[in-house]
Amino acid sequence: MRKRQMYAAGYLFLSPWLIGFVLLYLGPIAASLYLSFTRYDLLTPPDWIGLANYRQMFTDDFRLGDSVRVTFRYVLLSVPIRLAFALGLALLLNQGMRLLGLYRTIYYIPSLLGGSVAISILWRQVFDKTGLFNRMLALVGIEGPNWIADPKYAIFSLVGLSVWQFGAVMIIFLAGLKQMPQELYEAATVDGAGAIRKFASITLPLLTPVIFFNLTLSLIGAFQTFTKAFIISGGTGGPINSTLLYSLYLYIKGFNFLEMGYAAAMAWLLLVIVAVMTGLLFLSSRYWVFYADGGSRK
Amino acid sequence: MTLRRSLKALSFHLVVAGFGILMLYPVLWLITASMKPTTEIFTSSSLLPSTITFEHYHNGWFGLRNVWFGRFFLNSALISAIAVFGTVLSSAMVAFAFARITFPLRSLFFALMLGTIMLPGHVTLIPQYILFHELGWVDTFLPLTVPKFFGDAFYIFLMVQFIRGIPTELDESARIDGCGWFTLWWRIILPLSLPALLTAAIFTFIGTWDDFFGQLIYLSDIKKLTVPLGLRLFLDSSGSSNWGAVLAMSVLSLVPSMAIFFIGQKYFTQGIATTGLKG
Repeated sequence: MRKRQMYAAGYLFLSPWLIGFVLLYLGPIAASLYLSFTRYDLLTPPDWIGLANYRQMFTDDFRLGDSVRVTFRYVLLSVPIRLAFALGLALLLNQGMRLLGLYRTIYYIPSLLGGSVAISILWRQVFDKTGLFNRMLALVGIEGPNWIADPKYAIFSLVGLSVWQFGAVMIIFLAGLKQMPQELYEAATVDGAGAIRKFASITLPLLTPVIFFNLTLSLIGAFQTFTKAFIISGGTGGPINSTLLYSLYLYIKGFNFLEMGYAAAMAWLLLVIVAVMTGLLFLSSRYWVFYADGGSRK
Repeated sequence: MTLRRSLKALSFHLVVAGFGILMLYPVLWLITASMKPTTEIFTSSSLLPSTITFEHYHNGWFGLRNVWFGRFFLNSALISAIAVFGTVLSSAMVAFAFARITFPLRSLFFALMLGTIMLPGHVTLIPQYILFHELGWVDTFLPLTVPKFFGDAFYIFLMVQFIRGIPTELDESARIDGCGWFTLWWRIILPLSLPALLTAAIFTFIGTWDDFFGQLIYLSDIKKLTVPLGLRLFLDSSGSSNWGAVLAMSVLSLVPSMAIFFIGQKYFTQGIATTGLKG
């Protein structure tokens, strides 16, 4: 009797999530899969066209090809550079110097504000031909290109904005560094290990789970970047598709052209890409991620 | 030895502070540029304006026909407030179930919930839009607020971790005293999880305030636009002729996030460090 009461209470407290899971995840996932095999413009009923959307994606849609290439370039540039900055600064700040709290705040502010439309607007101004960045370059005698209107460089303004927001990742690294067992460092000092040796043999291996965690989250997030690309390119993904991140193209297809079935198929391709990338990361982790408890967590 | 140490400290602070200023320079420039005469915005890379003017703020606030910029702030504030209330309340309920109550399929549901964190939102986007379209909710605040009452997997996870750290002796003595599950949750667990609730509230607020994608697809009536949509509209309609006003409104749009950040700073660091929340 009491057990049944407990089960009832459990499901009662769980109910918001459970209802949401069915209505906002399970149902839509099934519907999305179905829609990806249809042509649907929101106004007339969906029209079953089999694999045509997928066939078009892989054979006909050159813009999609551009979009995938641009997205991979963005992800493969922004994620490692952002993590490198975050780790470098975390190591620098972790030396027991004063004012740590102040510096942490300063470096976090870009992460706090960076997702907003306001900062993307600022970025558009800063990287304009006559913007702040080129004016600074001019001070040291370099003539900068038009970072936003030149298709060769446009992606770098997006990468730069992403790297600029390394602060949140840095805070996770700092928390990881605080957990380092001091005995190991003391023992290493006794054995005569220098700073570099200690970093390579103690800090870095013990930090690999945190690096893995940050890598996974940053990767998944980067594949879904939207706001920056939309605002900086004025919603077009231009010039010449050079900032057409996947999410932006999906938005254009789904909500500008009302090709909802095609957009649903695109969403599934994105899911597969993200799943494969994350899967590869997980597979690789057994070769480079080190768990101090002897690897009981796979 | 001490000289060497203080030299090391000095160079450390020079590097770290110097780089920090470089990082913040664009934001500082944004703030001062919004108070510069228009010609200076495009020519000067210095921070200080030659004369301080608030005309851009005036032009921005009253710059659109039919609607003041303040309207967008009200809309954003309303949506964010409801989102915070719904997310915190529902996530706290669900977290209590996962952390304290045993029921069939609990670990399966928990795993599914964590799975939804990894799922790109695009997969559910189109059907959700169609659903809200069928319900007649497009161009209302409902698609942006109602889903928040079904809990957020990230914050549920955060709260579960937190509640597990609260000693279960409290539960047992409460049960012996005849407390029901609801009283246990409301009277004992909720007050004790306040730090986790505040962390969730802060991040939900900032996430909703800055959300662009959701608001972009669901809102179009100018009277219902939010701050990010207002900025974008302003950018498109005034082009480069009125950069001053666009920058001024951008500065204003950042104020709430900054204010919340400085008030609740310690919850930020905790929240990010324990769950890897992004800013």
